[in-house]
Amino acid sequence: MRHHLVLRVIAKMLIPFILLFGLYVQFHGDFGPGGGFQAGVIFAAAFILYALVFGDDQARKVVPDKALIVLVPLGLILYAVTGFYGLFLEGNFLDYNVLLNSPKAGQHIGIFIVELGVGITVAAVMISIFRAYAGRTRAIDDEDW
Amino acid sequence: MIDVIINSASATLIGAGSIFILIGALGLVRLPDFYTRMHAAGVTDTLGAELLLLGMMLQAGLSLVTLKLMLISLFIFFTSPTSTHAVANAARVMGLRPMSGSKDILTSNENT
Repeated sequence: MRHHLVLRVIAKMLIPFILLFGLYVQFHGDFGPGGGFQAGVIFAAAFILYALVFGDDQARKVVPDKALIVLVPLGLILYAVTGFYGLFLEGNFLDYNVLLNSPKAGQHIGIFIVELGVGITVAAVMISIFRAYAGRTRAIDDEDW
Repeated sequence: MIDVIINSASATLIGAGSIFILIGALGLVRLPDFYTRMHAAGVTDTLGAELLLLGMMLQAGLSLVTLKLMLISLFIFFTSPTSTHAVANAARVMGLRPMSGSKDILTSNENT
């Protein structure tokens, strides 16, 4: 890893900011530009950058495959449960107005949970797709650079 | 009066940044081999983008927008040279040699 000293230092410095920006895009998405999909991609990009610089094996220790297997359906379940919960409360499917006492609060919490579900699923799927391809070829040893 | 100074300074900075990016684009097309093109793309990209952002900061004044622009320029300042370094490093390791002055321009890239 000595060979990639510059990349390692810069990646270490940037990854927290990428994660923070992902969270900002996720949770500011109902007020400004952003949303679940974009936030999920940004969040996954931080983990992919980590895997590119520090190696796939190291990245698998940070986010194990088992965690991804749980996270991919978890977001979808959050989305579906929010949708069916509106149906359960005698509204329509994904009807946010009936979730809480006032329609405004219901809209707010509804879009929040649905976007969170989208974000979790997109991030986990992006990392999974990267893993599926990254494991195919042998990693280059440091002496070979 | 102060408006005129700020506006003209911002226009100068944005104009200079545009010229740097134009030079970078021309260099990318016209320079002969990979490393010189890398140089044109990398160096002028950093400087051009920074000058443009500086000009925009003067337009925005003291506000949240300026803070965001400062953060963007800080990240470009670190990431753009790093990406240039990574690409040039990968090319060097893979055995692409820099063009030397003694060889013919047209043949130097084919035997690498």
